[in-house]
Amino acid sequence: MSNREAMLEKLSSLAEDQAKAVAGGGERSVARHHQRGKLLPRERIELLVDEGSAFLELSPLAGWGSDFTVGASVVTGIGVVEGVECVITANDPTVKGGASNPWTVKKIFRAAQIAEENGLPTVSLVESGGADLPTQKEIFIPGGRLFRDLTRASARKQTTVALVFGNSTAGGAYVPGMSDYTVMVKEQAKVFLGGPPLVKMATGEESDDESLGGAEMHARTSGLADYLAEDERDAIRIGRRIVARLGRRPRPAPAAYAEPDADPEELLDLVPADLKEPFDPREVIARICDGVGPGNAVAFDEFKPLYGTSLVTGWARLHGRPIGVLANAQGVLFSQEAQKAAQFVQLANQSDTPLLFLHNTTGYMVGKEYEQGGIIKHGAMMINAISNSSVPHLTVVLGASYGAGNYGMNGRAYDPRFLFTWPSAKSAVMGPAQLAGVLEIVAQQSAESKGEVFDAEGFAAVKQMVEASVEEQSLPHFLSGMLYDDGVIDPRDTRTVLGICLSVIENQPWTGAAGYGVFRM
Amino acid sequence: MINRLLVANRAEIASRVFRTCRALGIETVAVHSDADADLPYVAEADAAVRLPGNAPGETYLRADLVLEAARAAGADAIHPGYGFLSENADFARAVEDAGLTWVGPAPASIEQMGSKIESKKLMEAAGVPVLTDHTVETASEADLPLIVKASAGGGGRGMRIVRTLADLPGEVAKATAEAESAFGDGTVFVETYVERGRHVEVQVLGDGRGGAVAVGERDCSLQRRHQKVVEESPAPGLRPEVASAMHEAAVAAATAIDYRGAGTVEFLYDPATERFFFLEMNTRLQVEHPVTELVHGLDLVEQQLAIAEGHGLPAVPPAQGHAIEVRLYAEDPAADYQPQSGPLTRFEIPGAHGEEPGVRVDAGFASGSVVSTHYDAMLAKVVVHAATREAAARRLAGVLSRARLHGLVTNRDLLVAALRDPDFVAGRVSTGFLAEHPDLFAGAETDPGAPVAAALALAERARAERTVQHGAPVAWRNVVSAPQRTELEVPGADEPVVVRWWGGRDGYSVEGCSVLSASATTVTLERDGVRTTYDVAVSGPTHRAVVDVDSPRGHLRLVRVPRFTDPADAVASGSLLAPMPGSVVKVLVAQGDEVSAGDPVLVLEAMKMQHTVSAPTDGVVVTLDVRPGSQVAAGEVLAVVEEK
Repeated sequence: MSNREAMLEKLSSLAEDQAKAVAGGGERSVARHHQRGKLLPRERIELLVDEGSAFLELSPLAGWGSDFTVGASVVTGIGVVEGVECVITANDPTVKGGASNPWTVKKIFRAAQIAEENGLPTVSLVESGGADLPTQKEIFIPGGRLFRDLTRASARKQTTVALVFGNSTAGGAYVPGMSDYTVMVKEQAKVFLGGPPLVKMATGEESDDESLGGAEMHARTSGLADYLAEDERDAIRIGRRIVARLGRRPRPAPAAYAEPDADPEELLDLVPADLKEPFDPREVIARICDGVGPGNAVAFDEFKPLYGTSLVTGWARLHGRPIGVLANAQGVLFSQEAQKAAQFVQLANQSDTPLLFLHNTTGYMVGKEYEQGGIIKHGAMMINAISNSSVPHLTVVLGASYGAGNYGMNGRAYDPRFLFTWPSAKSAVMGPAQLAGVLEIVAQQSAESKGEVFDAEGFAAVKQMVEASVEEQSLPHFLSGMLYDDGVIDPRDTRTVLGICLSVIENQPWTGAAGYGVFRM
Repeated sequence: MINRLLVANRAEIASRVFRTCRALGIETVAVHSDADADLPYVAEADAAVRLPGNAPGETYLRADLVLEAARAAGADAIHPGYGFLSENADFARAVEDAGLTWVGPAPASIEQMGSKIESKKLMEAAGVPVLTDHTVETASEADLPLIVKASAGGGGRGMRIVRTLADLPGEVAKATAEAESAFGDGTVFVETYVERGRHVEVQVLGDGRGGAVAVGERDCSLQRRHQKVVEESPAPGLRPEVASAMHEAAVAAATAIDYRGAGTVEFLYDPATERFFFLEMNTRLQVEHPVTELVHGLDLVEQQLAIAEGHGLPAVPPAQGHAIEVRLYAEDPAADYQPQSGPLTRFEIPGAHGEEPGVRVDAGFASGSVVSTHYDAMLAKVVVHAATREAAARRLAGVLSRARLHGLVTNRDLLVAALRDPDFVAGRVSTGFLAEHPDLFAGAETDPGAPVAAALALAERARAERTVQHGAPVAWRNVVSAPQRTELEVPGADEPVVVRWWGGRDGYSVEGCSVLSASATTVTLERDGVRTTYDVAVSGPTHRAVVDVDSPRGHLRLVRVPRFTDPADAVASGSLLAPMPGSVVKVLVAQGDEVSAGDPVLVLEAMKMQHTVSAPTDGVVVTLDVRPGSQVAAGEVLAVVEEK
């Protein structure tokens, strides 16, 4: 199978899994929702965003591999509303009434983090039946952060807008409650702490939905609704008007730029089906970064090209915006590569240049020679520089991302502004075969130390099972399902995704770091 | 000798006269109303004088102001053009009394020909054939059909055809009322109506001393609402003997009154019998004079000026080839020729600047000009001169279809369809031509590519205006769920057309065609193996943009349906909206009145036409915010009838 065929196969599997998220609660549930004259979450978003603008959906595979529907009954993403980049979240009421499960909560937290780090307003399209009760233990206590995030965003002057299309009750009532602006759809929104049965149980009072939490009541009596919308479309219209009045000043357009020098279509041919084969990341850079053009006489100015050649570093532009790139070239990170990375990250901070990390690493080199050469010290320098760097970081996992290499290359735990994964990626503490092999050696040593005979044949089944399980858990859909990235993307979309991210990060000013942790020399 | 000439007129005819003046070295003076201040003819003149106000009665019809303008600007001659004061004997006399040269006939000639009843008697005496007169009392079934005309009328106004004797008194009364309000003279007359009659007229030049020549004839049979829209010279299918007889009759008419200058003797020609009857004599330059000029190689304005300066009559060169003129109007033929007003966002006609030999465009407007409600809505005359009638018709249709006419609905498609109609090409024209060819109004079938081109050009435009995500492909999605939708109103269609399109990494895709390229102004599509390039122009506010799409398959004006409408802006059902800007002349109901569907509610006057606004349903008038005299904008709510 050619590299391209292998990649296309993975892409078709990605499309299948994304389609599951789009299908929401399934045909019947969608039909019932439409019959009520209601729109699906993505239909609401399509109306909310500016016509023809791009929408970058985040964590579409959340909950993949779990008992919950792929997508975790909420859609989140970054869209442009009245020329303003916004974080948008939309409950999917066709999936169990839009109830939040543990993945929903994680996904919304991640969206809130993106809004916070990048200084974006948030528009929440609310219609959720509340918490998924069977998994309440995983949601209830951490879930409180949702409301804390909303009001803290407000305190940071990152506006929050809630458009309430349906149920938003009990804890959910605090979403409109904590938002700066609240719009409720007539005869649809239902916002109360306790519904009629609960009120009856608590106080004996007889009541109904409309008097407890109807849109008309909130608009005219309680004042919780700032606007009463005639229907869903009207709510979206009002939401757009609210964002239009936030007083965001348009930023100057970036410099003119040329499209990449090489055809991005060829990105599908680059990654070997077997990740053991290295590939040249310069070929990727030439297909995602701006080509030679006005103000960009050289597409990629490589830094320290002769030193630490297993890591490529250099300067480029993407959609006219300068970036520094760190990309693994030969998989393994040695001391030289680690020191080169630490220096390059500091240089980017000196010039306030955002950094792009392209992963294809099997980790830091092991072995006597390297340990004695100080590989830990040098790896630590790299991790130190990256951890304390204060320019925005973007990460794309192209291929392998194993061991501490994942950390050094700015993996999820290092909070890059955005992290996306190619379908060809694999990420784990080490390769599945190595991990199983290590387990075997440890088991053998353990047996021998107890004076027992190691049952190599018997262990083969265990080894195989472990290997298969680690393999599965290192694959992109699984990791994306765990919210360990912001989405799996088509390699050909990498430039667009990064361009959108670079545009987004400009909403919040930054300056390069002035201090770092102690570098062990 | 004339050194400085004032044209007491506006728009295309003013420009037309100025052009000859420039060629002769005569300085020019324009007069203009407030609404016309920015029209091209004002800028073309060496001097311009403002006539404050807009209504013709306070501007172009104010003889005193025009004379004062001539004095102030130092003009020594006045050319009246057509319409307005051109056939006003008192004005002609005042011009002469002021010591200025009047480029027109003697005031007495104007008076003699001004009354249709008087002129008819005069012509009958001169031996020119005329139609029999009737009255309400004398008319019998055998005389039907009849036509009622306003004596002081012209240009078809006040004319009514009567086919049932019982209708005659009522039609006479209506025509009288209309003539009274339009011309201040309620005199009407009744004469025989010739079915399938043709309107053939002869151009004459008289020296004022009894000498006169005929400069060929023109056929102006193709009319709408009794107003000419297509004119040509020579008249098709006219035997030379008949043509000569007509020319002689016209010269006799001019000689009978010692006519001076350019004039037109109009005849009703009955092709069945080859007989013709005197209709009237227009004592001025006609709108359609260019066809005569092209065929005879004579500048009629130059001749007018020469005669006014006392020079003799020219030798008339023989007719060469064939010329056809169309009058391009801002009007909606599909809506009973409702006149249109507003900005002409784009107005480009091939050959307008002489770049296409054989094509002549006499225009009063340019791109960006505003067509006001105060005057006639004729935008331009487009004329083609070719070796044969067929060649001229084909070329004229081609020129018109390549024109870019944006902003207002025009009669262009009707003109093109008429010029390409087999009956027209065969010379089978009559004054009833348009009424007998309803298919010409249908317009071409909407090209499904045009709305697609409009949607994609709008998307490209929005991309250019975006201040974030500059490099992202239009409508890019990493998770694909639904196509983009662009809704566009198509004129004449009940439902807007919805264009569903996808954007993204590989560019645009639309079902049923492939998108070869797209920009904010040009879109190339391929459908069924045929490639078509569309020119797209967008004007107006973004959310309700007007999109003009031109291609070899025609022009389509689309209006984008806003994605959102504020419910507060929605119009209550049962609202009666003003169909066009104008003023309310009559309110026929009061608030609270019960009305039945079709009952007249009020009468609106716009562009010199009265429109009755009727109740849409049985109900009660719940709102009535206008009174006689109220000025209303197009689309304004006049009244609300609540359904019972």
